[in-house]
Amino acid sequence: MDQVAAHIVQIAQIQGFTAIALGLIIGLGALGACIGIGVMGSKFLEAAARQPELMPLLQGRMFLLAGLIDAAFLIGVALAMYFAVANPLLSSLAG
Amino acid sequence: MASEPQGGLTEYIQHHLQHLVPHAAKEGFWAVHIDSVTVSLALGVIFCLWFWLKARKATSGVPSKGQAFVEMVLEFADGQVKDVFHGDRRILGPLALTVFVWVMLMNAMDLLPVDLLPVITEELGIKHFRAVPTADINMTFAMSITVFFLTLFYSFKSKGFGGYMRELFTAPFGSHFLLWLPNLALNIVEMVSKPVSLAMRLFGNMYAGELVFMLIAGLFSAGAGLAGWALYGAGIIGYTVWGIFHILIITIQAFIFMVLSVVYISMAHDHH
Repeated sequence: MDQVAAHIVQIAQIQGFTAIALGLIIGLGALGACIGIGVMGSKFLEAAARQPELMPLLQGRMFLLAGLIDAAFLIGVALAMYFAVANPLLSSLAG
Repeated sequence: MASEPQGGLTEYIQHHLQHLVPHAAKEGFWAVHIDSVTVSLALGVIFCLWFWLKARKATSGVPSKGQAFVEMVLEFADGQVKDVFHGDRRILGPLALTVFVWVMLMNAMDLLPVDLLPVITEELGIKHFRAVPTADINMTFAMSITVFFLTLFYSFKSKGFGGYMRELFTAPFGSHFLLWLPNLALNIVEMVSKPVSLAMRLFGNMYAGELVFMLIAGLFSAGAGLAGWALYGAGIIGYTVWGIFHILIITIQAFIFMVLSVVYISMAHDHH
């Protein structure tokens, strides 16, 4: 009985720490990506207001950079979701 | 069976994250992901046939809508190459077009309902089927490693063996013999990081998108009775919203993959 209880406590511990890690991964990633997109978007609008004839050129670059900025965050999200639905760290307890 | 979660959300998603592999090799090197290979090859053939047919029927008169669309895509890809690369575009232009349209089509498989293809293949007796080839890390790495070899090829071609070797050993810091090893180390890091980041970026985006679709599908079909139907309706709205946002991601990621491939290959042409 004691062993079963200890086992459940171990699982709960791993899940709890994983949940905290997921929050950190997604939260900090979103924070960084949003600041990045915000800075880039504001600069793009400034540049477009100053030189409207450069708009088409800048727009392409802006979308490219938006994708680059988003990518690290989305990789983080993918990793976090992987840990959320199928925690590989729990497998060490199964044996 | 595949349309509603049995044994909870985790099992539903884990079921959907399994690739179709040959029976003879469950894991290891020969566990080829048949679903990714089939879907990507089919899409590649569709792309080639489509553009070839339009090109064959092209007129210099009033173009049909299909021809105008193909021309738009081609000029878009070619224009992107022209911005980055100043030289003979006879290889790089078609390469960029192929990468762009192919990756775009493969990403667009994400817009099919997550359960559509698995349900169809399940009728045919196939248990696991993942429709999005770019959400398979093997696929994205295959493409980025191909780009990597192309950069190597063009480095050797435009600089010659000696020239490329001299660049590898002397490029960022200088040609003092004490700096040879640091130079080489830095160049190797740069060389390796390019395909890895290229592949991981596309994979991460598509995998995350696919997982969100699965989460929506799994979470919102779990209810029962009237509340279940209300939940189902909310799920349809959520699925649509994420789908519309995902169109942006699909396009941008295909675009980025194309532009970065072209940038890497044109960097290989530059002399230091």
